Amino acid sequence: MSDSKHNQRGLDPEVTEKLEQQTSELAKSVETGDYAQAMSIINDLSEVRDQSLYREVGRLTRSLHEAIRNFQIDPRNAEQKEALSKMSDASDRLNYVVEMTNQAANRTMDLVEESMPLAHTMRDEAIELRDEWQRLRRREMAPAEFRELYGRIDKFFVSLTADSDVLYRSLSEILLAQDFQDLTGQVIQKVTGLVKEVEENLLSLVVMASHVDQLTGTVHEIEEKEESAEKGLGPQMKANERDDVVSGQDDVDDLLSSLGF
Amino acid sequence: MKILIVDDFSTMRRIIKNLLRDLGFTNTDEADDGNTALPMLKSGKYDFLVTDWNMPGMSGFDLLKAVRADEQLKDLPILMVTAEAKRDQIIAAAQAGVNGYVVKPFTAATLKEKIEKIFERIH
Repeated sequence: MSDSKHNQRGLDPEVTEKLEQQTSELAKSVETGDYAQAMSIINDLSEVRDQSLYREVGRLTRSLHEAIRNFQIDPRNAEQKEALSKMSDASDRLNYVVEMTNQAANRTMDLVEESMPLAHTMRDEAIELRDEWQRLRRREMAPAEFRELYGRIDKFFVSLTADSDVLYRSLSEILLAQDFQDLTGQVIQKVTGLVKEVEENLLSLVVMASHVDQLTGTVHEIEEKEESAEKGLGPQMKANERDDVVSGQDDVDDLLSSLGF
Repeated sequence: MKILIVDDFSTMRRIIKNLLRDLGFTNTDEADDGNTALPMLKSGKYDFLVTDWNMPGMSGFDLLKAVRADEQLKDLPILMVTAEAKRDQIIAAAQAGVNGYVVKPFTAATLKEKIEKIFERIH
């Protein structure tokens, strides 16, 4: 009973009605010995089956199309609009994310690499002046040295003002370089939405295919395909909830020392 | 001290290069996978190798095994810096002869600690 209910799922009521009607006609023709009529009813039956399959495949294709067509993003300015309009598929969009994050990372590192020597120079000069200043406070300084220190402190204030301006500008540019997150976030959310929709449609396709297999009695041998840990698997999700994955450097260190490394 | 940094992402190579420079290692070269790295190692007289695991072409794990199997390179210290976080993989890397294993995301302090530990053991 539950089996027949399961078989009905996915078929249009129209189709099942036709099926029922033709089955009784078929039984009648066989009973009355009208085999020619029986054969033609069997033909009709398989045609009904084929048609319902075509219809289902058509429906799935349409919803897949729809999912891809709905895959759009609101650009903020003309430049982004142009960039986005050139991208027709998800892989283009994800490449765009890679490119934007790459650009932002490099821009940030450029600014950091420019800023670091400035911070170094400031620190080094401050340390020297601090030591000199302490000598002065301990009254260990000759008048000539004292005059020189005055001049150095003057110069230090001038360069400190200029360098901290440069540092401040770099920091605010680093801040601005993070604006990729807004657009890449949008792109990734859209791609996630698309993947989800396609996944759902594929799932119905699989269900339908298994239904077809049931009707036709086909059995598939499916080989289990395992990911290659040797090639690398990439970052693992939900590491905290899993036993086979480490959740941080402490875990790695514990594991390695438990092995005697 | 000449160091080869192997990672398929240029940004990660740049981060590691910067961190190494802060630690006082200024002589570094870069390669984007094992296939590029191996010939460089063979001809370049490197003292230390920092490699990612997951890369197109030749993976860092294969590079590790190739280095250990090479008569001339087999003693080269190798630090793996990777997002690969499965226990089995870490064990496999240890058994293949890696000298240190850092999981991404990592801090400058972690990288420093592991590098120092490796050199402590060697000297």
